[in-house]
Amino acid sequence: MMNKTFKKDDWAKALEGLKDKFKVYVPVKEGDFHNFRLLGNGRKPNFEFQNTRLSPKSVILPQSERMFEYSLEESKEDAHIVKEVPKDFSPQAIVGIRPCDALAFDLVRINFDNPQFQDPWWVRRMESTTLVGFACNDPCSSCFCTSVGTGPFGERGLDALMVDLGDRYLVRSLTPKGETFLAKLEFGTEADDALIKKALSLAGEAEKKITSKVPTDRLRGKVVNELFNAPFWERVSFACINCGTCTFLCPTCWCFDIQDEVYRKEGDRIRNWDACMFPLFTLHGSGHNPRDKKLQRVRQRFMHKLKYYVDKYGNGPACVGCGRCVQHCPVNIDIREVFHLMNGT
Amino acid sequence: MLEYTQKIRDIARKLLEKGTVDVFIGYQKGSVPMMNEPVLIKTPAEVDLLHWDSHCGLNLCNYLTKRTDRIGIVANGCNSRNIVTHIIENQIKREQLYIVGVPCTGMIDHRAVKRTVGNKEILEVTESGDSFTVSGNGFQETFKKKDFLRTNCATCLHRNPVEYDERVADPVPEQESVNPFKDVDVLEKKSPEEKRKFFTQLISSCLRCYACRNACPLCYCPTCFVDESKPQWVGKSTDPVDTMTFHFLRAYHCAGRCTDCGACERVCPVGISMRQFTKKLNKDAFELFGWEAGTKMDQRPPLDVYRVDDYNEFVK
Repeated sequence: MMNKTFKKDDWAKALEGLKDKFKVYVPVKEGDFHNFRLLGNGRKPNFEFQNTRLSPKSVILPQSERMFEYSLEESKEDAHIVKEVPKDFSPQAIVGIRPCDALAFDLVRINFDNPQFQDPWWVRRMESTTLVGFACNDPCSSCFCTSVGTGPFGERGLDALMVDLGDRYLVRSLTPKGETFLAKLEFGTEADDALIKKALSLAGEAEKKITSKVPTDRLRGKVVNELFNAPFWERVSFACINCGTCTFLCPTCWCFDIQDEVYRKEGDRIRNWDACMFPLFTLHGSGHNPRDKKLQRVRQRFMHKLKYYVDKYGNGPACVGCGRCVQHCPVNIDIREVFHLMNGT
Repeated sequence: MLEYTQKIRDIARKLLEKGTVDVFIGYQKGSVPMMNEPVLIKTPAEVDLLHWDSHCGLNLCNYLTKRTDRIGIVANGCNSRNIVTHIIENQIKREQLYIVGVPCTGMIDHRAVKRTVGNKEILEVTESGDSFTVSGNGFQETFKKKDFLRTNCATCLHRNPVEYDERVADPVPEQESVNPFKDVDVLEKKSPEEKRKFFTQLISSCLRCYACRNACPLCYCPTCFVDESKPQWVGKSTDPVDTMTFHFLRAYHCAGRCTDCGACERVCPVGISMRQFTKKLNKDAFELFGWEAGTKMDQRPPLDVYRVDDYNEFVK
């Protein structure tokens, strides 16, 4: 276990100095909000945010990724052979990820890395990634991480955790990976016990600031069909416009679609984020669509997160309480209310 | 504007009790500041959910498409114009509707407010007369509403509903000497290369979540061209060419139909100025055909009919 402190300026310099050894993803301010971007090209990390607009899930599961390529050019020796597109699995770090978003990687792992199936690219990217968390001193009013298995200083899924102590950061390693990362950093000094104590006291204060709480205790015991046929879905779904804002911003939404794109004689097989809010998501080749109604799609999203996932894996719900969908749903569909409705009273 | 809430509730109650309508569509107060939720009211007992303030962002006309029942609906200027467009495009029948007209003094641009308080978290927004007060942990500020209007509201020429059965208040004065096409004038002067750069930059953060399309009351196609799979017209990846194709084609589908209600811009999760795509088309419709979408119930839209006096200078 390593505990180091960095003056804020030194932290930025230390990350900059890592560029040759790691691909470093940091929060960057873009207009009105922050998103994770690769350090370099003059980009500056900016840690003055509550959370990034998008979660860093795209670092591991890009919104669009060329999986394979092929050529239909008969004169080529490898015509019609589908070949893997070379990918970069060199060591990388996501620095400044909030504990909720780190928990999300832990929750979606069951989908990408389980005894039956291993998604090779997801698995190898996770293996090569160090997650350096950033504790939340001031959680948002729509955050409810403490109800779903983590907290503003939660450590689950993280390799290291940085805490904002005003003029400096305390960075604590939590795993050997985190320790290796910290050891590679220039600047910084060994943190003394007083600083560590101060950080721990901030954790307690931050937890007290979480005002949103959602119930989850009865989800597991609910009968699937009763929830499925519950009358409240009509009201919950009325306002939904079936856009992909909630799914694309959600750190645990993992669904994707695979498409072939061919230009003349060259083809790519591409994996793209998809969303259960889109009618096309479930459209069969026959033309039949088992979820052709808005209510069915809205219900699916919440049932998947709060019921099917819970039942199937005994681990969850598949929601980390980041509050992005609460803040950014264009019609104010609030997952906190859905937790209450589904969990019952 | 706030006193409208009680009036809307009273009218909705009356309509539902008398059976004039089967359902009533309005807004309810949202669970986060500066965000209201469209709501469907079915019984007089629920009418107290109805709410009106300067955060009624989404265009309610979206919820009318192909409904078969009798509907009461709240409509300010732009929403009423979209209802008219819906009627002349056969998406709903006039006789199915009881339109409750709301004279509007504009909606507040929530992004501008957040920006002004340094993107600190706003916990409460209260409105009073022509000003509003935002507060959060350790700050409270009061602003004039006219300085924080959504950009489309700031240049709106139809604040009063154009079509209604009953109005909640007397008309508000329409804005004079505003130019809705100021930024189009600037854009028009650019070279094709500069225009391309402008639009490329504009959509560089687009996620293809389609919130803009889905919030648009004009986008009611049963299957949007981007969702067609046999044949597939547009790629699904984040390739900028595909993203650009989506935005331009969608905009052209809205030519002569867009009321500049601003819903597309309001809902974009990454803050793209979506109206830049449609404004030039609105300007052309106005200058070439004297057409403002949704203001006339008895006239076909310019791109839907041929008239001998149509603009035809492009025919050489």
